[in-house]
Amino acid sequence: MSTDVLIETVNLKKYFQKGEIKALDGINSQVHRGEVVVVVGPSGSGKSTFLRCLNLLEIPTEGTISFEGVGITNPKTNINIHRQKMGMVFQHFNLFPHMTVLKNMTIAPMKLLGKSKEEANRKAFELLERIGLSDRANAYPSQLSGGQKQRVAIIRALCMNPDVMLFDEPTSSLDPEMVGEVLDVMKQLAKDGMTMVVVTHEMGFAREVGTRVFFMDYGKIVEENSPEELFTSPKSERLKSFLAKVI
Amino acid sequence: MLSRLSEWFVNFRNDFIRIFIVDNRWRYLWNGLGVTLTITLFSLLMGLVIGIIVAILRASHDKNVNSMRPGPGRALIKTTNRICKIYLTVIRGTPLVLQLLIFWLVIMVSVRDIVLIAIVGVGINAGAYIAEIFRSGIMSIDSGQFEAGRSLGFNYVQTMWHIILPQAFKNVLPTLANEFIVLLKETAVVGYISLQDLTNAGHIIVGRTFNAMMPLFAVAIIYLVMVMFFTWLVGILERRLRSSEH
Repeated sequence: MSTDVLIETVNLKKYFQKGEIKALDGINSQVHRGEVVVVVGPSGSGKSTFLRCLNLLEIPTEGTISFEGVGITNPKTNINIHRQKMGMVFQHFNLFPHMTVLKNMTIAPMKLLGKSKEEANRKAFELLERIGLSDRANAYPSQLSGGQKQRVAIIRALCMNPDVMLFDEPTSSLDPEMVGEVLDVMKQLAKDGMTMVVVTHEMGFAREVGTRVFFMDYGKIVEENSPEELFTSPKSERLKSFLAKVI
Repeated sequence: MLSRLSEWFVNFRNDFIRIFIVDNRWRYLWNGLGVTLTITLFSLLMGLVIGIIVAILRASHDKNVNSMRPGPGRALIKTTNRICKIYLTVIRGTPLVLQLLIFWLVIMVSVRDIVLIAIVGVGINAGAYIAEIFRSGIMSIDSGQFEAGRSLGFNYVQTMWHIILPQAFKNVLPTLANEFIVLLKETAVVGYISLQDLTNAGHIIVGRTFNAMMPLFAVAIIYLVMVMFFTWLVGILERRLRSSEH
């Protein structure tokens, strides 16, 4: 594995309600290029807040984040440029309901990267082909199943050629029989060498695809290890009791 | 029975000719209609521009002010929000007729073109109501839509323009259509600033012919037909916009 650091957070803190809720309480972490970092932990442990801080959907209260060597928490940095390189997938898909699948995928490359319609369409169809949905290019999101929506949301982010993909509980709002198809797309993506940060409750996915796992609780990374180590020989009591509940 | 009916028709025809055709009095209605439509159209455009800008400023304030870092950006959005609120309070808190009189006799007293004064007065008034309609539309869009736009790299304004406003517009279209119909009819008060709009034209014909029923009913029918036409038009637009919801 390369040691090229893609994302680094230093002493990252996020407080809500004037410091009464410490969602993140000092996170020091690194994500290397080509890694699949899986973030697990009980609800309310700060996993999603951590992920949302990485592309500044949440503004950290304290601490710094650097992405590709640039301090993005610096107010002078134009975050919009860097967000183009950080794809994000949400729990509730957040496809644009007033646009067709194709338009969902091509609007950002056309408006932001200056791609021609033909170029953007070609890339979109190539990706749709790969997930077997090219016949739904002109459908509206409301005409898709949950699993299809999430797969489209993933490739919508890929249309921007991101350097990292952030997944915020991508399978949590899906019917159980649709979880597999979404995870398959994610596994393929990992196999292709995409750097990924995944917040999930899918321990199987963490084990199979993750290169490193963060276990978070009370806004801190309690343990950080390879999946085999973390799942088979947990060190802290909190991780032990968490694993006992979820596995 | 039949003879009485035909007698009525003959009377109706004679009255109609006497009231509308003699001295080309129908021209009052025709020109008045032009004035009414001109004022409605341009004040609607002005109201839409003002309304959308005010709505974006107000919604941006309401959605973001608590999560923003202290700094010039936050100070700016707080100030613009305060100005917008004053505008809304003053405009919605005073009668349109009074606002028109103030524009005519105080603020724009040096302007000769009264149609222009009416457009500005009605437009600024409509802007306040349209702003609140659009703000409710923007606030009703799930914040996930906003986050999805921003996470792709769109800036705030681009996200508003490409992602939020089209959806908000679709949601508020029925209310907006209602506002448009209200606007069309409310322009009737421009008679107060000596403009010969459709309503005033009817009034003038009453004064010339000493017949009230026929001119006033004619004016009423013209308004009614216009409103029905626009209602039908908006219905078509609504159906087209809804095609993405199947």
